[in-house]
Amino acid sequence: MKHVNLKFLITAFFIAGPVFAQTLADSGAVPAIVRPAEEIRAFDTPNDAGNSITITWKRSPDDIADQGRFEGYDILRGKSVDGPFELVLSVPGGSNERNPLYKTCLDNNTEDGAEYYYAVDAKAFGTAARAVSKMPAKSSQQWFNTSLINMLIAVIFLSAAILYYISGAKSGKKLYIRKIAGLEAVDEAVGRATEMGRKIFFIPGTQDMDNVQTIAGLTILGRVAKVAAEYEAKIDVPVSRSLVMVTAREVVKEAYYNAGRPDSYTDDMVYYLTDDQFGYAAGIDGLVVRQKPATIFYQGAFYAESLILAETGNSIGAIQIAGTAMPSQLPFFVAACDYTLIGEELFAASAYLSHEPKLLGSLKGQDLGKLVIILAIVIGLVIQLSGAFDFASIFSVSAGGE
Amino acid sequence: MKREIPMIIAGTVGVVLIIQYFIPAEPFGTLNDVFSDWFSIIQASAIWLGALNLIKVAGDKIYRRHKDWPYAAIIIASFLVMVIIGFFFSGGRRFLDPGTPFSQLYDYVYSPLTAMMFALLAFFVASASYRAFRARTREATVLLLAAFLVMLGRVPLGDMLTGWLPKWLHMSEIASWIMNIPNIAGQRAIMIGIALGTVSTSLRLILGIERSYLGGE
Amino acid sequence: MAEQKEVGFWNSLMRIDRRIIFLFIFVAISVPMFLQINLKIPTSPEVESLVATLDKLPDGARVLVSLDYDPGSEPELQPMAETFFGYALRRKFKVIVIGLWPQGPIQAERAKPIAERQVGRQFEYGIDYVNLGYQAGNELVIQRMGSSIPQTFPVDYFGKPVADFPMMQGVTNFSNIDYVFNLSAGYPGTVEWVLFAVDRFNIVLGAGNTAVQAPQVYPYLGKQLKGILGGMKGGAEFEILTGLPGRAVKYMTGQTFAHTIIVLFIIMANIAYFTTRKKEQGGLS
Repeated sequence: MKHVNLKFLITAFFIAGPVFAQTLADSGAVPAIVRPAEEIRAFDTPNDAGNSITITWKRSPDDIADQGRFEGYDILRGKSVDGPFELVLSVPGGSNERNPLYKTCLDNNTEDGAEYYYAVDAKAFGTAARAVSKMPAKSSQQWFNTSLINMLIAVIFLSAAILYYISGAKSGKKLYIRKIAGLEAVDEAVGRATEMGRKIFFIPGTQDMDNVQTIAGLTILGRVAKVAAEYEAKIDVPVSRSLVMVTAREVVKEAYYNAGRPDSYTDDMVYYLTDDQFGYAAGIDGLVVRQKPATIFYQGAFYAESLILAETGNSIGAIQIAGTAMPSQLPFFVAACDYTLIGEELFAASAYLSHEPKLLGSLKGQDLGKLVIILAIVIGLVIQLSGAFDFASIFSVSAGGE
Repeated sequence: MKREIPMIIAGTVGVVLIIQYFIPAEPFGTLNDVFSDWFSIIQASAIWLGALNLIKVAGDKIYRRHKDWPYAAIIIASFLVMVIIGFFFSGGRRFLDPGTPFSQLYDYVYSPLTAMMFALLAFFVASASYRAFRARTREATVLLLAAFLVMLGRVPLGDMLTGWLPKWLHMSEIASWIMNIPNIAGQRAIMIGIALGTVSTSLRLILGIERSYLGGE
Repeated sequence: MAEQKEVGFWNSLMRIDRRIIFLFIFVAISVPMFLQINLKIPTSPEVESLVATLDKLPDGARVLVSLDYDPGSEPELQPMAETFFGYALRRKFKVIVIGLWPQGPIQAERAKPIAERQVGRQFEYGIDYVNLGYQAGNELVIQRMGSSIPQTFPVDYFGKPVADFPMMQGVTNFSNIDYVFNLSAGYPGTVEWVLFAVDRFNIVLGAGNTAVQAPQVYPYLGKQLKGILGGMKGGAEFEILTGLPGRAVKYMTGQTFAHTIIVLFIIMANIAYFTTRKKEQGGLS
């Protein structure tokens, strides 16, 4: 009985509410039932390219999420405080912000330099209540994104460190680089293919030329192709991107030229299979099973296809040397391949193989960066645990978010 | 010249993109969009290079009666079927609508084939872990234990086995802990190393020190 | 002699033909599909936090869904898409679908009717659902959406001008989006959304990933990524927490059996390894 009564009351309230509100509003005696938003503020959106104004307001007391009566806000804009106003945007109620009492939205269609007043209409029960910003706002573009100062400092420091060591290396200072087993094994792996009279497969990953890992992989391809040319071993480079195909051809051609065997090179050594991730994996698996290469290199960016490729290679008993900077694929390569270049080792390969001082210097600069990060982690840990200061916030790059 | 021009392009675009990251004002914002569009256009049109190469290599194999020529024939046939049906028999621009022959090929041929390739992973994970997870050394034993706990903790069985223990000893809690603490710590360390490697390689590319990708040493 | 035979047995177990393992896995995955077993699936903090963030959004919120996968990862990610659409329908979200992978928007069209059937309500195209289709350019697409969504996607998946849809009125860039949900099977995917949209444009991001891919996005959990659904298990938890049980919950039985089989094989391999090593060492001394 009690249940029915309550239900009836709520229904009656919902039906009667808007009618009642309308009547009251028409009579002009009492304000509408929905209560307006407050403290409307409009200002130029910081750190942007202009044409945008940020509007914030204190949410209407009727903006309560779980009751479903609140219909949202209309944001309107006008040239004067008295209007006329035109609708810019409708946003739902509720707030995801640090201070949930307030709500923010952006008008990204403003003319720089023009003055705008903003009105926020809160809507509920079929009624609306308006509140207008007291001060006008003008949008403009900024010359520097101040929220990225920490990033700028990091970029300048790291670049300076790398450039410093590069210039140091040019002056003839000897630099030490530790042994990378996977790269040491290249000659042996190519030699084995020659002895067995079988092919070498080189897979430069599944990503395009805009991925640094692909470029690092092609650097290693240059070395592998040169050794292959010297040993007169056959090399196949099936690729999954057209631009990688074109680049890999240049790399292999140059390697054969440098090895003194330009005549042995043909364009068919590098060929395209498909852009499709698993289509590519299927294509390579087929080639591997049919042609049984003695050696397979996987150098570049890989995703879920990594283990599908490496396990198939393992099943035919090929020597496999992998290298990738994809953290989630490293375990698969480690499990199924003989050697794996882990992350930065892939990027260090060109310096390691060429022993060019400039490239080695850049590695040293990178190490300095690493040292600074390690120090920051240790110091940060102590400060953060002591609770004296939010050290982590120094490294936050978000403009104004949480 | 063949090397200098690409290096100048790479250097200029690289520097402009770095600057626009810090300076939102024009013209940098627009330049970023322009370069992005150019790259998209070049990347999309390069598809033809690949497609033509695929046809050429497969065609050569058939012509020379290479021992794998039947596979090459399947490649060409599949390629032609998708292209012809997509272009001419699936309502032009609306070829992706449900029910067109092209979307049926997508649903009933392409989808199962790709899903099948991905599904192979389940089998390969099993055979690779069978070989890899052996307690050969102390480190390998730790790895083995972690794998054991995560694998059981990720499925309801783990909790069934440990349900009688206090909550923090439930297999799912332990698996979550391994994934969220030691795994994240290791991943972040590798990621920081990789990020530094990427920065250093990018800097070498922008400055033209690294030119191996242009075919040089 | 008997001992030698025994060593031979353990040795052959060490080098077991992988096809035998494959057979066991096949049985473990396929047989449960025909069984009715209800397993209690425990939920994890990363999925709970994703659902909590969604629950905090207001009804009618504008959400962007980026489906960055192809049919290859459909078994893991499609149930997540279906559940998300179901949840969005219930909360009356305005859903904008895009794909950084060409096949993504097609996957959305396949997930939508399933969600509509489950919830018993339909999306109204242009009012609370729009599919903007695929754009080439990977993370650059995200970057361009940061300056203008209508300019990045001038027409929708079906070729209609985006400006004509009521729900797209006033949508200029990420600042008008309340939440971004990304399903990812690799590149471009969650990592790119974190680097280019969260860090630069302060969006609120939740993501679902294939199990292979998930460990790579775990490091972003917390500030940059508000929750993650990892693989089939994550999908099943998502279905349980949103009260929309679907395919992932059903498939979990197979996964349980498969994991158990792999664990048993690993145990067996280690017993074999230690037995042969002991025998060999014993033989030497």
